[in-house]
Amino acid sequence: MEFRKQKSIYQQIADRLMDQILAGMPAEDERMQSVRDVAASMGVNPNTVMRSFDYLQSEEIINIRRGVGYFVSPDAKTKILALQRREFLEEELPVIRQKMKTLGIGIEELTKED
Amino acid sequence: MIEIRNLDFSYKKTPVFSDINLSFPQGAIYGLLGENGVGKTTLLKIICGLQRPLKGTCTVDGMTSHDRLPEMLQRVVFLPDEVTLPDNSTPQRYVSELAPFYPTFSQGAFLHLMQELEVEPERKFREMSFGQQKKSLIAATLSLGTDYVLLDEPTNGLDIPSKAQFRSILSKIADEGKTIIISTHQVKDVENLIDPIVILSHNAVLLDASVQKITEKLYFEYGGEAREDALYSELMPAGYMNVIPNTTGDESQLNIEALFNAVLRNKNRINELFK
Repeated sequence: MEFRKQKSIYQQIADRLMDQILAGMPAEDERMQSVRDVAASMGVNPNTVMRSFDYLQSEEIINIRRGVGYFVSPDAKTKILALQRREFLEEELPVIRQKMKTLGIGIEELTKED
Repeated sequence: MIEIRNLDFSYKKTPVFSDINLSFPQGAIYGLLGENGVGKTTLLKIICGLQRPLKGTCTVDGMTSHDRLPEMLQRVVFLPDEVTLPDNSTPQRYVSELAPFYPTFSQGAFLHLMQELEVEPERKFREMSFGQQKKSLIAATLSLGTDYVLLDEPTNGLDIPSKAQFRSILSKIADEGKTIIISTHQVKDVENLIDPIVILSHNAVLLDASVQKITEKLYFEYGGEAREDALYSELMPAGYMNVIPNTTGDESQLNIEALFNAVLRNKNRINELFK
């Protein structure tokens, strides 16, 4: 049983960029690394990274300032967390639930302090 | 733009292409794939004017390749898989001999590329390993600054660290709007770099599609059981990888080797899915 589907590369890159924004690198209102630099650092096709940026823009996580570049939106973190929460509930949780059932792990394990 | 229309080509009595149509619009890294002997190298040679088609046309920015007009030749560079280099020459002398034919050549770009690939421009070719020679050739080729760059098996002979540098360099060049065509069997070396992907077979173009289109049409499922309806299945350590028609619209991670096998085994179904 797979834990997660293997997402397409543009989605994997978008996920990574969102994780970086959550970690404050870059922070809200700060400038994003350029598409060119992200693509070159990963050795991937710039069009693929462009698609990741387009996706983040469509989710209003980043915005473009003409002639300057992409910037992190002021409320990017809230938006990313909402996206990730939805993805967790829809995609990951059902798998975890199924696995807990198979392994006989009860709900109390989730709240147990180490 | 490179345009190939109704192209026929054969070596003596061995037909290679019959009625091939392909176009390479500007500003992408095309991956040209195909089994041995399907004519990948021949196609590159036709594009740069080294081979003459029997019938049909191949044009670069509207100029017929085989006319070999200077305006066309200075826009295209072809790096063959194997190049015999003069033992006593150096990368710097080699590129200086090519440079007069290419008005877009940049000595600065050459030195920068040599530095990135960690080869010394003044070192003699005979003192270099095959991989270092190859890296010198890649640096020389790309420093010519042509709009069209044709690379035949460019990662052959490169050591492991150089392959990542190669991808990074190509990614930057593509971002400058250049058109690059990479013919290769080493698909892992250029995975995530080539887009669109063109798969040739004897006498036909089996696939010519962007990665987005491919992942919209085909779903790559990793780690499960083999599927009856799969276009291709392969057992991997974590389970079967299946290539199936994409019915959900979710895009998955493209695996070029699996794509290649799926296309070769299901020519009609692929044709149907992508038309």
